[in-house]
Amino acid sequence: MLFKISLSNIRKSIKDYAVYFFTLVIGVAVFYVFNAIETQTAFLNVSDDQREIIKFLVTAISAVSVFVAIVLGLLIVYASRFLMKRRNKEFALYMMLGMSKWKISALLLCETVMIGIGSLVVGLLLGVSLSQVMSAVVANLFSADMNDYRFTVSGSAITKTIIYFGIMYIVVMLRSGVVIGKCRLITLMQSDRRSEKITMKNLWLCVIVFIISAAALGYAYHLVGWNQMDLGPKKLLIAIITGAVATFFIFWSVAGMLLRVIMSVKGLYHRGLNSFTFRQLSSKVNTTVASMTVICLMLFLTICTLSSAFVIRNSMNKQVEDFFPVDFYGEMMWQDKDDQPMYTDIDKFYNDQGLRLEDDFREYHKFNIYTDPGFTIMGYIGDKTGKITDDYGSVGHMEDYRNEMIKLSDYNALMKLYGYKTLELDDDEYAICATFTGFVSIYDMLLEDKPAINVFGNELTPHSGKTIYSYVRPSMQPINSGIFIVPDSAVDESGAGTSIVVGNYPAGDKNELAEAERNARENWEETRKNIFAERHTSGMMVHMETKIEAANDAIGLGALVTFLGLYIGFVFLVSCGAILALKELSESADSLPRYTMLRKLGVEEKEITKSVFTQSAIFFLLPLLLACLHSYFGLKLGRFMLSMLVSGSLVKPLLFTAGVVVLIYGGYFLLTFLGSRAIIREQK
Amino acid sequence: MPLLKLQNVEKYYGNRSSLTKAVNDISFTVEKGEFTAIMGASGSGKTTLLNCISTIDRVTAGHIFLEDTDITKLKGKALNKFRREKLGFIFQDFNLMDTLTAYENIALALSIQKRSAKDIDKAVKNVAEQLGITEVLEKYPYQMSGGQKQRVASARAIVTEPKLILADEPTGALDSKSAKLLLERFSYLNHEHDATIMMVTHDSFTASYASRVLFIKDGKLFNEINRGGDSRKQFFDKIIDVVTLLGGDVSDAL
Repeated sequence: MLFKISLSNIRKSIKDYAVYFFTLVIGVAVFYVFNAIETQTAFLNVSDDQREIIKFLVTAISAVSVFVAIVLGLLIVYASRFLMKRRNKEFALYMMLGMSKWKISALLLCETVMIGIGSLVVGLLLGVSLSQVMSAVVANLFSADMNDYRFTVSGSAITKTIIYFGIMYIVVMLRSGVVIGKCRLITLMQSDRRSEKITMKNLWLCVIVFIISAAALGYAYHLVGWNQMDLGPKKLLIAIITGAVATFFIFWSVAGMLLRVIMSVKGLYHRGLNSFTFRQLSSKVNTTVASMTVICLMLFLTICTLSSAFVIRNSMNKQVEDFFPVDFYGEMMWQDKDDQPMYTDIDKFYNDQGLRLEDDFREYHKFNIYTDPGFTIMGYIGDKTGKITDDYGSVGHMEDYRNEMIKLSDYNALMKLYGYKTLELDDDEYAICATFTGFVSIYDMLLEDKPAINVFGNELTPHSGKTIYSYVRPSMQPINSGIFIVPDSAVDESGAGTSIVVGNYPAGDKNELAEAERNARENWEETRKNIFAERHTSGMMVHMETKIEAANDAIGLGALVTFLGLYIGFVFLVSCGAILALKELSESADSLPRYTMLRKLGVEEKEITKSVFTQSAIFFLLPLLLACLHSYFGLKLGRFMLSMLVSGSLVKPLLFTAGVVVLIYGGYFLLTFLGSRAIIREQK
Repeated sequence: MPLLKLQNVEKYYGNRSSLTKAVNDISFTVEKGEFTAIMGASGSGKTTLLNCISTIDRVTAGHIFLEDTDITKLKGKALNKFRREKLGFIFQDFNLMDTLTAYENIALALSIQKRSAKDIDKAVKNVAEQLGITEVLEKYPYQMSGGQKQRVASARAIVTEPKLILADEPTGALDSKSAKLLLERFSYLNHEHDATIMMVTHDSFTASYASRVLFIKDGKLFNEINRGGDSRKQFFDKIIDVVTLLGGDVSDAL
């Protein structure tokens, strides 16, 4: 009997539950898809390095899954509470008919179990089919072939999904039991009467609150948008909290002002259904200030996370080409007890082992970095220290840091090897190369005054007023923080320090390349071991990197951030969309008599549809607009933080992000609009 | 030429096996400036008839003419336009928008006709004065009494200056004092502004304010009486007589 009632209840309120169910299904599916990555990629023929990366990805995803589960759990609790409130009258009827609270709780339990099982089954089916697509995506990311592909179902992911969602559903059940246990018949019966009151907030209070919160928001924007060098964790936290609180009050005051502002324009307010539309909207916004705030912040996080992830993903692969144009890079540095560089020579250590660099490489260049104790970073900055401190915060403790120099001939040899433009200098000129954004601008600023330098007793003047955008050490990222290029004649051999070798393997196809890589690595490793065995260890730093390694890292990092970004983004967007959709749809159901009345008054169907569209559109747009504004400044900070990692432009990632947002959030909007229209059309 | 003309109007519900003739071949005419009441017991078909005239429901057979338009032939946009411009509705349960103030409720009827804000303001204030609701204009429905709500609803119905005002049990949810006040307003509108009103009621007292009463029984026109030069009290007695004749029980008549 109980089962029958609850089944018919679900069927009856299918419209209300549709969005809830749909969201649960998506939640389950997304959860499964991301947790099944390990199984989905097991068949892929990837290298050990890449396997390690996938393993790390899987670990990261399961860590994030806990967070995701909490977000989804909150969403489900919110949605179920919301749906329960709408059924107060029904519960009141049951109670009046003499049903005990236990029975009603049991009824709800029945419903939750049915919806839970239903959503898990449908969601897992959807997830299993989507995860097959995921296999292809991963294979594509790691450039692995799909020859061994077969249809896979991840038992562990299914178990995990069922456990996580089972816990959420149990929480929902307990919660609804508690709510039913606490409620009183009289409040249930009068529950729909309370909403009739219309509260108008004090306009001037709203205006004042709006101005204050706008100012607070401006302050938070200023903190993250400018002076990022100066932005410690404390200030960042202040900015975040200020921003979040200000967001809440912005919505609070806009809810109060929106209507007043439109009302004051009589021509607009009394045009067509505008008065009705904006009243509806205003009451909706007024009762959802808190949810609006949460939605706005989640959208903001989504936009920032997704676009940052896409920036990293997009620029990583290209960057390896741009910043790691050779197969191998090795560096040996020997420092004295004051941390100052001493002369090192890779060749010597290789020869000690009976090894020759020529054997490992088809072409290579070995060179030294020069330093002059009298030519330090602080010395070069000179009296501009104050200005740099103002613009970028502190310059740090680098009083005795010597500037690194490279001979022009070495530099040009490198450029030839890398495939970049060579440089010509007069005997009394120098130039600076750098790729790290922050340093490039600092050097540009310093070079404005054409400061002369003195190295090894030679006076040199700048070749040009601009920093050269290039690098000496290959790397995955643009992290060259500045090296001085000086004419060979200006260099004294006593200043030679760190020894660097870059080169290309003598290999054509993929297999030969792998062979050459293994060879070069082995030889380097042997040399390194020997150096440390001979107790040269104090102050000795040995470091190498290869292009293959860098490319793998790039793919791995790209894949990692893409997956995590998409995972979090999906869940956030779904949550935002679901909350708004639930609110809007239930509101439409409540407003049904109003629309019926409008029809009786002879309002065109087209006008009614327009009104519904306007209501849903503004309701969905409000948090998105503020989130976009937040993101503009958030991404300013993001860009700054990313600038040490990548150099890509933001345009394409932003388009990607917009695409994902439009797809999911817009999808929910469309669903809501169509659903609302169907609801208010019902009684014809 | 009569303002409203009903020609053999029929409205059937159900299917062949169980057919309900809610309205069974009714014909009559209403002249401009008439205040007509339609009386009948519950289930006699009076509300169905009103719904057909108001185009909320469709007739099964027959024709209804307002001026020279056959409204049974109207569809879609034309129907909405007709409803918007030619008719004014007053419902038993007021049907006011609870989210709007009295002023906005009245203004809504005009703004959906795309009138300018200035016109709207003038018309609303004017009609509010006629119905004595100027002081509640800025209030919401939940802040008003039943009588005030019904007068606001009436103001919304007449503010567009419709050809025909249709009222479905307008006093049904009011106490006797409020009902009297409302009906006196109706008489005022009828006499002073030449408004054509058609009202459905089962209450003899309410009907006695009309200038003419049509009685309906089992979907058919049963009787018709005109007030002529009678006082309202005399007219009321006459109505009671017919109601007794109709055989409706006492509770229906009161």
